[in-house]
Amino acid sequence: MAQNTRTVPAGTPTNVTQNHTKGGIGESTLRPDGTLKVTGEFAYSSDMWHEDMLWGQTLRSTVAHAEIVSIDVSEALAMSGVYAVLTYDDLPAETKNYGLEIQDTPVLAHGRVRHHGEPVALIAADHPETARRAAAKVRIEYKELPLVTDEASALAPDAPLIHEGRDDHHAGHVPHPNIVHRQPIVRGNVEEARKRADVIVEGEYVFGMQDQAFLGPESGLAVPAEDGGVDLYVATQWLHSDLRQIAPVLGLPEEKVRMTLSGVGGAFGGREDLSMQIHACLLALRTGKPVKIVYNRFESFFGHVHRHPAKLHYEHGATKDGKLTHLKARIVLDGGAYASASPAVVGNASSLGAGPYVVDDVEIEAVALYTNNPPCGAMRGFGAVQACFAYEAQMDKLAAKLGMDPVEFRQINAMEQGTLMPTGQVVDSPAPVAELLRRVKARPMPPERQWESAGEGADVRALPGGLSNTTHGEGVVRGVGYAVGIKNVGFSEGFDDYSTARVVLQVINGEPVAMVHTAMAEVGQGGVTVHAQIARTELGVTQVTIHPADTQVGSAGSTSASRQTYMTGGAVKNTCEAVREKVLEIGRRKNGSYHPAWATAELLLEGGKVVTDGGEVLATLADVLEGEDPIDLELEFRHRPTVPFDLVTGQGDGHVQYTFAAHRAVVEVDTELGLVKVVELATAQDVGKALNMLSVVGQIQGGTTQGLGVAVMEEIIVDPKTAKVRNPSFTDYLIPTILDTPTIPVDVLELADPNAPYGLRGLGEAPTLSSTPAVLAAIRNATGLELNKTPVRPEALTGTL
Amino acid sequence: MDFLRPASWEEALAAKAEHPTAVPIAGGTDVMVEINFDHRRPEYLLDLNRIELLSEWEVGEENVRLGASVPYTRIMENLRAELPGLALASHTVASPQIRNRGGVGGNLGTASPAGDAHPALLAAGAEVEVESVRGSRFIPIDAFYTGVKRNALEPDELIKTVHIKKADGPQQYSKVGTRNAMVIAVCAFGLALHPETRTVRTGIGSAAPTPIRAKEAEAFLNAALEEGGFWDNGKIITPSIAKQFADLCSGAANPIDDVRGTAKYRRHAVGIMARRQLGWVWEQYRGTGRTLEGAA
Repeated sequence: MAQNTRTVPAGTPTNVTQNHTKGGIGESTLRPDGTLKVTGEFAYSSDMWHEDMLWGQTLRSTVAHAEIVSIDVSEALAMSGVYAVLTYDDLPAETKNYGLEIQDTPVLAHGRVRHHGEPVALIAADHPETARRAAAKVRIEYKELPLVTDEASALAPDAPLIHEGRDDHHAGHVPHPNIVHRQPIVRGNVEEARKRADVIVEGEYVFGMQDQAFLGPESGLAVPAEDGGVDLYVATQWLHSDLRQIAPVLGLPEEKVRMTLSGVGGAFGGREDLSMQIHACLLALRTGKPVKIVYNRFESFFGHVHRHPAKLHYEHGATKDGKLTHLKARIVLDGGAYASASPAVVGNASSLGAGPYVVDDVEIEAVALYTNNPPCGAMRGFGAVQACFAYEAQMDKLAAKLGMDPVEFRQINAMEQGTLMPTGQVVDSPAPVAELLRRVKARPMPPERQWESAGEGADVRALPGGLSNTTHGEGVVRGVGYAVGIKNVGFSEGFDDYSTARVVLQVINGEPVAMVHTAMAEVGQGGVTVHAQIARTELGVTQVTIHPADTQVGSAGSTSASRQTYMTGGAVKNTCEAVREKVLEIGRRKNGSYHPAWATAELLLEGGKVVTDGGEVLATLADVLEGEDPIDLELEFRHRPTVPFDLVTGQGDGHVQYTFAAHRAVVEVDTELGLVKVVELATAQDVGKALNMLSVVGQIQGGTTQGLGVAVMEEIIVDPKTAKVRNPSFTDYLIPTILDTPTIPVDVLELADPNAPYGLRGLGEAPTLSSTPAVLAAIRNATGLELNKTPVRPEALTGTL
Repeated sequence: MDFLRPASWEEALAAKAEHPTAVPIAGGTDVMVEINFDHRRPEYLLDLNRIELLSEWEVGEENVRLGASVPYTRIMENLRAELPGLALASHTVASPQIRNRGGVGGNLGTASPAGDAHPALLAAGAEVEVESVRGSRFIPIDAFYTGVKRNALEPDELIKTVHIKKADGPQQYSKVGTRNAMVIAVCAFGLALHPETRTVRTGIGSAAPTPIRAKEAEAFLNAALEEGGFWDNGKIITPSIAKQFADLCSGAANPIDDVRGTAKYRRHAVGIMARRQLGWVWEQYRGTGRTLEGAA
């Protein structure tokens, strides 16, 4: 879309404050789908059904890196009930790859597989069991190739190239073809600044591969249409991004691929990349029948990208009065076999790698590797998570070395409004880093030995090990740790990150009703709730209908980067304002002659009426709109533009908005068994403006818990010898249960960002950053161990690795 | 796959005799996972859910006769006094939904070293009553586990009842997992004092190819308790005895490195659990500690 379709820039102050309609912004209205989800009646994408539909099955590689010598589908194809078996040779169009930024991912493997679980063939059958059996009858002969599994093997002189002949836009500037993207950030003079340091600390940190672990596995239904196109119903994070990648592979124009969002069971970044979308469409178009694909949990672990595991080397210096002198950091992210979002993750990890601190002399280098490990891409926190884990550990080390309190040390160095980022960008809206830390520290401590408060005996639920009854208090030591982080909001580095909202206002049965139509993917974040609130506030109506999200309206951008309330919420606000102007135009035309206030007063829409700013009612909305065509507007909305980071210095106003959260973790560690109970994770966060406080608190608690998970249990374990995933199940990839989830008191600040709609600040990711290092700091505090790796395994706490 | 649905125990035995490859299914919490993940494709499933006697239990003079399908929830709720170790173990099984379906018969049938019930059964002392059309027999729990996921059942036999010794003293059970609920054992340990015979029994899970007892540790502790007159004088067990017992338990383990934990950690954790449990059961025995049911 062209930049000049822009209508009202983000944050343009309007001279009216619409805030008197029930169910509007600021109220904790309930999710429209909440009850259905709790009672199990909500229809998820995996629940869809179509008459005569077939079931699609993906056949995936059993090895990580191999040449495909031969594929024999004849036996599978001969099975009764099997309608199609597709391989690379069956792809219908010139375009055979897809990808978010670099189109390096084959729809089906072509002569070579680059990671364990790569799709090689597709089967459609009349029963899922038949499809699975047919998949087992496809004969594939592999000739295994040497593996690239880490930086050393990726950059070795004789390293196999994961993608030979790269011609993507990063290929020209990377030092090695097995590096997807490299971003340095250089500011000041580290060598000079180091001389001023009284203390220097260094650390090597390892962040494990985390999975998004959304509960609704990848699924969707493709229905072939009479016009030769296809209707695709799917759980995803960004319909239009999917569409842009799907249509060329099918050889169809985008208007012949009509997408509708179906019920999404969580996303957390894991649905930014395509999974079964193209596969289901290919099978549907080939067979002429609707095709449903549902991954099971095992396949889901191979069906989406994960959080980049990272190795981070950090060096910080400080003066004896506690001022940071310099930072030198190197961040190596493992991007796996395909690029996915790796370049943008590199941009984030480097540009946010110094954390929310004032430090003038900085050298940061971040790279993402191509390897034969599982592909990694977007996940909540997106590069900033890994960096935060490292720089917060460094802050504690520095404070300890200086004999200072870790919170005071952070406060001395905390950035604030006006601080320059290492990229040279000014932080030009509130950045209450010191205040967030003050608030979590000031909170009363949870009582000691809570397992004893239950009366007779020990309440094991309050102890490390929980129901497993491993301690009644023996070996248990409490620890406290703090952390704070910085995350960007919205897509950065010059990306045209717009959103679109269509709003229709009309009178139905004598009542004014607004309909909000966007392509925003509701993945659980609560967009559908706040869109209705915004429409009520801006249009003064109580009845708001949310149209299903589809591609019949313009792009809403991705439900990621903490951006949807800002961007699509902003788009809904923007379109509602334009609709409001139309209403007033009609009112003036119809009724202007009856009351002078139509021409002279500031007019508002509130409670279904047109009122003056003095509160005088001029007309009901129903009267104004009676006999008129529905007001139906679709407008785009943009945040302020950003620029790419300079490829040599990393300088540039690359980010839209910054967001901050702080945590205090209180843990109890069974030091003999190495088991951890997180007792409390107090958090404070600035959200600019809470459009729905219930939803805000839910996001913060959820993000906090996801950060806790990676601190103490979550990790996809990849065998370094085979590059195969060892734990693709919820039996062995553990995520926190309610007994692992502590009390999470939330302290919400609302310091408006003048650039953002309603002053709001994107909030979904920030809690995921600081929660992990806070827990690690607390475990270090309890045990005295260094602990430089997530997750903290019992072995690491007991010296039994 | 054929689904056999006998209405009575006799019909079930007949079906198993006719189709020895039939896989019995009751709660389905193990079998269905294997089927859903395509790890197993049995020719026949033998549904035991219509057979009421399998869901019944009876508290006798010396033993509890526990039907193979009695769900863990029932054990937790109704048999805490008689089977405290098994009740504690039951509480560590998966989630409430799984505990409402799964029972000890399934754990025994699968005979995974990670089955939660095994260490408690080994420590308490039990016999597994199995039956076929040829007749019934009692297999001592010590002889039941024959290899990794293998047990002493003949192909035509079904598990009917587990006869577990009623607790005559304190029992404990712990399991190590890297999550505070709903977790497969990295390793597990059970300990039972048997004051009537002045003996102790142990059970170790997930730390050897099969569930095992730490017999050397038991023998050591039996002797040490006897020698020091501890059963009579009720004195606190000395730290050196506790340590040696723990070390011997640790030494009895024969674990592997896998995705859930290292062998070294498992051996270490077995020792810690053994030492702690000895403290807990002895405190209970001395009458100063907690109730017989344990703390969970």
